[in-house]
Amino acid sequence: MSVASVKTVEKSEMHPAQSGKPAGPRKREKQGRLAFWLLLPAGLAVFGVIIYPIFRTLIISFFQVNSALATDTPFVGVDNYVHVLGSASFWESMGRTLYFTLLSTALELAFGLIVAGLLNAKLRARWLFRAVVVIPWAIPTIVNAAMWKGIFSAQYGALNALLTQLGIIKEYQAWLGDPTTALNMVVLADVWKTTPLVAFFLLAGLTSIPAELYEAAKLDRARWPRIFRSVVLPMLVPSISIVLVLRTVEAFKVFDIIYAMTRGGPVNGTQTVAYYAYTTAFSDQNFGVGSALSYIIVVVILALSAIYLRLLRRSEMSLL
Amino acid sequence: MIDSTKRIHRTTVGFALLASAALMLTGCSVTGAGTSTSNYEGDGTGTINALFMKQAGYSESDVAAMIKGFEAKNPKITVKPTFVAYEALHDKIVTSAPAGTYDVVHLDVIWPADFASKGIITDVTKRFPDSWKTDMLGGALTSAEYKGKYYGVPWGPSTKLFFFNKDMVAAVGASPSDLTTWNGVLTVAKKIKDAGIVKYPLAWSWSQSEALVCDYAQLLGAFGGQFTDASGKLVINKGAGVEALAWMKKTIDDGLTDPASVTFLEDDADKSMAAGKTAMELNWESTFRDQNDPSISKIVGQAAVMPTPAGPSGDHPGVNGSMALSIGAKSTHQLAAWKFIEYMTSQSVQEEFVKSSMTNWKSSYTKTDVTVSNPDVFKAAGVAYDTMVLRPQVPNYNSVSQTLQVEIQNALLGKKTPQQAMDDAVATANANLG
Repeated sequence: MSVASVKTVEKSEMHPAQSGKPAGPRKREKQGRLAFWLLLPAGLAVFGVIIYPIFRTLIISFFQVNSALATDTPFVGVDNYVHVLGSASFWESMGRTLYFTLLSTALELAFGLIVAGLLNAKLRARWLFRAVVVIPWAIPTIVNAAMWKGIFSAQYGALNALLTQLGIIKEYQAWLGDPTTALNMVVLADVWKTTPLVAFFLLAGLTSIPAELYEAAKLDRARWPRIFRSVVLPMLVPSISIVLVLRTVEAFKVFDIIYAMTRGGPVNGTQTVAYYAYTTAFSDQNFGVGSALSYIIVVVILALSAIYLRLLRRSEMSLL
Repeated sequence: MIDSTKRIHRTTVGFALLASAALMLTGCSVTGAGTSTSNYEGDGTGTINALFMKQAGYSESDVAAMIKGFEAKNPKITVKPTFVAYEALHDKIVTSAPAGTYDVVHLDVIWPADFASKGIITDVTKRFPDSWKTDMLGGALTSAEYKGKYYGVPWGPSTKLFFFNKDMVAAVGASPSDLTTWNGVLTVAKKIKDAGIVKYPLAWSWSQSEALVCDYAQLLGAFGGQFTDASGKLVINKGAGVEALAWMKKTIDDGLTDPASVTFLEDDADKSMAAGKTAMELNWESTFRDQNDPSISKIVGQAAVMPTPAGPSGDHPGVNGSMALSIGAKSTHQLAAWKFIEYMTSQSVQEEFVKSSMTNWKSSYTKTDVTVSNPDVFKAAGVAYDTMVLRPQVPNYNSVSQTLQVEIQNALLGKKTPQQAMDDAVATANANLG
């Protein structure tokens, strides 16, 4: 609710006889002051944990800072940015991040659509299915990572047990022991956790499609694939656009699941750009370069979001 | 028009205020670290926060018992401990340094150069009694020393020892004397594998972590090599450096090492042996305690320990994994923190908890009432501490170590030859040595 609407509510509740009558300048000033004091704590919190660190990180990115307590920090201009953009490790981690982002977002969208369709079906105890599906999303990422690390264990993992008992593999595999496989396994863990969120976004879209549209399509003898292509998908564009932007940004920033499952290994095969920024800043104590890396990540995310929004805005159904 | 001018004016003022506030908060320094000479000593009382590693060595309950003993003797000091995994310890010390969150921090032997040169820990040379320099083991002292100054007090020397399942070894007609060399270890391992006792007789902590560098260091020493030459440059792309890595890779190719070792930390290798899936491993001293703990081990009474086997050179040095306790540079209770460190590192306390970690104090090793409490480990550790391999003592060790971890794994996974991997490691690491 906006401040203006709050004011209106206050007015109508406290002075019903005067509602509709413009407030005098003194009263407006008084209310403005009250709003200021009410908003001050939130403003301070936002300044302290978001605006100030962003500003400080930007400053640090232009200096050579080799310790958390450095006092000698020479100004290096854009050298840190040049260093990052010229680093092979940066581009390698960028490639892995892009792969992770595209694969996980695509899988989450595909599975999310299927799950949303199932949850939208008129089933008995539908509320129960909906509650169960949300569980992976409700589990903290660190717990999710630990759980999947156990499932992928080369010695006692459930995945190995399942696949050997089904006769798909002959002996236990170290799923996190090869860089490419490990990255795919991390994607799988992320997809398992995040698909419910995507599904619920899409479910919201599905429930808002008027039943008349389905009926009209059926009268025109359209089959389900056609209904999906010509009715469901266009009507879901607003939900898909929101999900795409949200998930792309989140997947590009992926850090915690990597930290808990593989710590970037083996041979840096799961080191994403956010993890690379973390090790550069905190393990190597190269805070200047780490800050520059962070800003480059922000720029890439902004660019990706802008591209998405531009593409999706072309659709008449898009809300964005 | 007037409104938009006002808005622009307000925005400008907002940004100016934001910038001034940020600069005020940073104290006109990019990091916010001032050069003030405030009194951080304190009055020797109050609450101190201490950061510990929870992994090998002293357990959380050991530390809790030590703190209880300290607080009983120093009722005006309260200690609040925090435990993190070893892998998170370095970064936790770094990120908490500006705020001075921790008065006492647990330090690994590879970090004094890093933290001391960057002003994160306090120089305690003046507090450090001269007698300690002779009464403590030399290998342990390196865990707190940088450029002739002390930045903490050793809290347990440590190295990796060789653990084996004596029942499995006996089942193939071998004895501990067959395990005194790495060649002997491979021969016995092959017999165990051929007999079908376990699929992979050897497990190592070869994940992309410091644990991998520790194992490599120990084998490098066994092959008669060193990390650096006299000028401090890495030379592991020649002779022993490459031979040790080729040997590691061959144990995987021969099916003697569990290929999952490239995902293991020490704890995983320990668990694998405790579950009876592994016959032999390198690990820290406290492993013996864990393998004989019936609540977490299936091989109680079957584990045996000895010094690390010798390589072709005849040498069998252990990797120096000693730890220390230091005072955070921004601690405002430095006197109380020192009192706590003095207590924790004292000979009597270390001797009391000798089953978890060895003691720094030379004289402890000749006290029969102390050695009798953990005789197997004392016997093995005594030999291992005679010669220990140090990892490079350089300010940016973490970056060098990460390069080594990646390149060693490249060779282990067959993505590069051992020679190529070490050439690349040396080229990158030497450029980063500074």
